Amino acid sequence: MLRLALKMLFGDRAKYGMLVCGLSFCALLMSQQTSVFCGLLLWTTATVRNIRVPIWVADSKVEQANEVVSMREIEVQRVRSVPGVQWAVPLFWGIQQARLPDGTFQAIQLTGLDGASLVGRPAIMRSGRIEDLRLPNAVIVDQVAISKFAKRGIQLKIGTVFEINDKEARVVGICETQRSFLGQPYVFTTYSRALEYAPPQRKLLSFILVQPKPEQDPAALVRRISQCSGLRAFESDTFSWGTLMWYVRNTGIPISFGTVVLLGLVVGIAIAGQTFYLFVHENMRFLAALKAMGATFQVLAQMVLLQAFTVGFIGYGIGVGIAAIFGNLVLQKGEPPFYMPWQILVFTGGVILIICSLSAAVGLVKVARTEAAMVFK
Amino acid sequence: MSTSLSAKTPQIAVRTVDLGKTFGKGEGTVHALKGVNFEALCGELLMIVGPSGCGKTTLLSVICGTLGHDTGSVTVFGQDLAQLSSGKLTAFRGKNVGFVFQQFNLIPTWNAVENVSVPLLLNGSSTADAQSASAELLHDVGIGDKLHALPTELSGGQQQRVAIARALVHKPRLLICDEPTAALDAASGRKVLELIKTRVCSPERCVIVVTHDSRIFPFADRIAEMEDGQMKAVHSAGEWKALYV
Repeated sequence: MLRLALKMLFGDRAKYGMLVCGLSFCALLMSQQTSVFCGLLLWTTATVRNIRVPIWVADSKVEQANEVVSMREIEVQRVRSVPGVQWAVPLFWGIQQARLPDGTFQAIQLTGLDGASLVGRPAIMRSGRIEDLRLPNAVIVDQVAISKFAKRGIQLKIGTVFEINDKEARVVGICETQRSFLGQPYVFTTYSRALEYAPPQRKLLSFILVQPKPEQDPAALVRRISQCSGLRAFESDTFSWGTLMWYVRNTGIPISFGTVVLLGLVVGIAIAGQTFYLFVHENMRFLAALKAMGATFQVLAQMVLLQAFTVGFIGYGIGVGIAAIFGNLVLQKGEPPFYMPWQILVFTGGVILIICSLSAAVGLVKVARTEAAMVFK
Repeated sequence: MSTSLSAKTPQIAVRTVDLGKTFGKGEGTVHALKGVNFEALCGELLMIVGPSGCGKTTLLSVICGTLGHDTGSVTVFGQDLAQLSSGKLTAFRGKNVGFVFQQFNLIPTWNAVENVSVPLLLNGSSTADAQSASAELLHDVGIGDKLHALPTELSGGQQQRVAIARALVHKPRLLICDEPTAALDAASGRKVLELIKTRVCSPERCVIVVTHDSRIFPFADRIAEMEDGQMKAVHSAGEWKALYV
């Protein structure tokens, strides 16, 4: 009977098509939008992932990774003196203006690494050597800079020279980074040179990067650093999550994406629910005939549930598949952001399951209430 | 002795005693059946006739157990239907009753074999066995060349043959036909009744046909006349012919 139930479903091409389209659209909207949302949130923590250190120390007012409240350089020494700290190095991190050879300007994410250790160096070098950062006026740019400069007709390569706040910067390497939230290219240099590039200020230290000693519990060290220095210390993961949650709490991004996801849910329920109800309603005479011929409610319920979950499964597959293709295309391009963890697939599948269950439940109520005698009317 | 007696005396397939059924409440109450008493025998083709709204279809629904009754009793092959739980009643119906509906009620997306195989599948047969038996029966009713045709690809007469095959495939002892010729032209209707008379009627089986179609009355062994929710009279074919033809 279940095979015949599927044939009953596939045979009604109009409704089957409508159901699959409705559920596909719903799955696409939810998975694609939540993936873009996750991708966007992921961009907010790009710096934490690019720098890759276990513990970050910032001013006590700092709440998230893209917020810089500069500190005095002496703070590095204070952090180094905290028991359990293996090493602590300074990091400059700030948006600056680069003047390109054609005279136009480009905002850049200037990142000044500790010159001795180069802690926080980019994970992947496309060309050049990270050690060359120690050469005079040396900077390393990322792939975003390549594409941004290329749009203006400038082919960035090793040896290209541009200016940062009227000071020469010479490209000695090209690296790969995770794109930042605002999309400015990362330009790496040494900490001391970053201070030269940046406009003079009383305090210029953005973050202190800390490595705990072996056997040292990072969480305990974070608490100790905060207590001893009065600064705010974060474990890397905590910093990322704190940043994500800051954007969720303080921006309209979740509402914007949430509205679209809700719209997908409403459209899914409306289209799938109504179409499935119509499908059951139009087949009610036949279902009643089956009931008269000896089909129990359990048999009819199995048929209806199989039909509902089959269109749900197909719609889910198509919707998520299109979202994945979209993601694959945009990831090659670099934007818009897209990140589809398995949780999104489970979430979308769960929502589709709920829609199908509700649709089937409406149909089953009708089946249960129908008397087999209606076939004689 | 008793064996030969039972062979000669037709077994009672359906018996109703003071059968009553009402619909609605208060002023809108409709008394569809008002103490109906009648018997249908194995081996006969009994037609129930009467004007629209006289209770024929309600009686049919109660007899086959798709509708409950309020008063009296209905016994099918010795089984009081009121004594069966809902599940057992469904199982009883699935095993013992075959249906031929006015609008055929063939599922439009299933082909002839699949439609016919439904009662067997509901009774637990495997798909292969059910389809094999269905194909054989479709050959018997004269549409062996349409096994895989969808209902929409069949004429009305052919559809009704498929419906008859579906009603018979699980070898029910009671066949219920609700206006089997209403959706057919005269020639097709006649052929369908000839099929029922020649291939369906057997000593072990009772066929009850509800109809308005006087052209098929000659096929009946007995004709039960209903009026206003009551059984007015039950005539033999000869009596009916003498009275009305």
